[in-house]
Amino acid sequence: MALLEVNGLMKSYQPGNPILKDVSFSVEAGEFVAVIGPSGAGKSTMLRCLNRMVDIGEGQVFFDGKDVGAQNKKGLRDVRKHIGMVFQHYNLVPRLTVIENVLHGRFGYKSTLQGVLGRFTEAEKRKAFDLLEKLGIAEHAYKRCDQLSGGQQQRVGICRALIQDPKIILCDEPIASLDPNSSKVIMDHLKTISIDFGITCIVNLHQVDVAKDYANRIIGLKKGEVVFDGPSPLLTERFTDEIYGMKTVVETRELITV
Amino acid sequence: MNETVLKKRKFQMTLLFLGVIVLTYLSAWITDYGFISSLEAVPGAMAWMASNLLVNGEALGKLPDIMDKLIETIFMSIAATTIAAALSLFLAIMGSKTTMVNRAFGTFSRFVASLSRNIPVVAWSLILLLSFGQNSVTGFLALFVGTVGFLTRAFIETIDEAALGSVEALRATGATYWQIVSKAVVPQGLPQMVSWVLFMIETNIRSATLVGILTGTGIGYMFDMYYKTMNYEVVALITITIVLAVILIELLSTRIRKVIL
Repeated sequence: MALLEVNGLMKSYQPGNPILKDVSFSVEAGEFVAVIGPSGAGKSTMLRCLNRMVDIGEGQVFFDGKDVGAQNKKGLRDVRKHIGMVFQHYNLVPRLTVIENVLHGRFGYKSTLQGVLGRFTEAEKRKAFDLLEKLGIAEHAYKRCDQLSGGQQQRVGICRALIQDPKIILCDEPIASLDPNSSKVIMDHLKTISIDFGITCIVNLHQVDVAKDYANRIIGLKKGEVVFDGPSPLLTERFTDEIYGMKTVVETRELITV
Repeated sequence: MNETVLKKRKFQMTLLFLGVIVLTYLSAWITDYGFISSLEAVPGAMAWMASNLLVNGEALGKLPDIMDKLIETIFMSIAATTIAAALSLFLAIMGSKTTMVNRAFGTFSRFVASLSRNIPVVAWSLILLLSFGQNSVTGFLALFVGTVGFLTRAFIETIDEAALGSVEALRATGATYWQIVSKAVVPQGLPQMVSWVLFMIETNIRSATLVGILTGTGIGYMFDMYYKTMNYEVVALITITIVLAVILIELLSTRIRKVIL
């Protein structure tokens, strides 16, 4: 069985206005998948259904052989601790230090009391520093997160996801609020993670060219439906036209140069 | 196009202004309030204050007693505020949309907060006076109840504003509810909350005087006593000490706020 399987996933916040209509796909371990589509296509909702941050409407999500929708509170916690998540706005606790924020990723493995008292093992702390080292922000370990730049904060967010020892990392628009340089750093790190650690990545993006550069596979969403699912090189202009319902980025660029 | 929009805006402003004038005039007419006559009364009132509210040596002899009562009042306000803050934190965590456990608890805690906030502190002290009698517990409770209402509301807003993103992130790591509250919501909201508590201590020291007059406790009672026996020199002295105490506390809390925020 694949690491992640989505069967006939449907979701609507208001009746009669579905966000996702019958989404099905499966992801093997180690894949780097980009999900593209215009705003409002349901990318974020779909990603959040995978770890049930948003309740699943109809259909099933299987993660590592477990039916995510059928889990009780404890089971869901167990599922979530193996799924890392990275957000557009980093979602760190700004007033806490970098290292504290990274260690937050271990809460899934701790009892409530251990978490509340902040008792982390030596091994966990060492791991946290190793990860910061790997992402090149070890020197900021004791700084408050609100003193870091956006790109640095996003790297803290990635460390927090990695310290969970996740089987998969879900990234919701990880570079949408970053400048081009920081975006490249973040995408390079995500790529390294998927190759070196063998962690599966699903990344929501709205830059088609970035998706093509980094992902092995692209899923195109449009109005809650999968309209493209295949290896990145096969995503031709015809498909991007269909997904975005307009002339592609490449063509506009040509127009501007002329 | 643009010009008509601007003209309309201007017309609306004029209308609003005229409306306020008419409303003022109407209210004065209905309540028989004479603007000129009240102005005429000002010099007389000033003269009375100048001749009667003078601190003399005899009044100064009462200073130790006054300080005793003043300090009692200040500590009562601080105790009422901090204990109320603990309860408010709990109610706010239950009532905030971000950290709500379930709808029933949320509605309940917001109802409690709104009830205790919307009944003024003066009304609370009179209500509590009937049930608890004339002692310092009544004064304490009156301040406590009003403070819970206000602080719960302020804390709910602090939590909603501070913690939305990090709560989502920690939920996604599989953290439990109390882990999220203690490690994301509280650390992020704490400075703002402390600032609200300090503000409430200031407010409560001021209200404590009024509550004291009504419930017969603390500095307010003393004020009332000397006022009713027409010993205005002591009344003046009490007023001055209250003002100085409030100013002192305000300066102190501004200092603390600068450090923590």
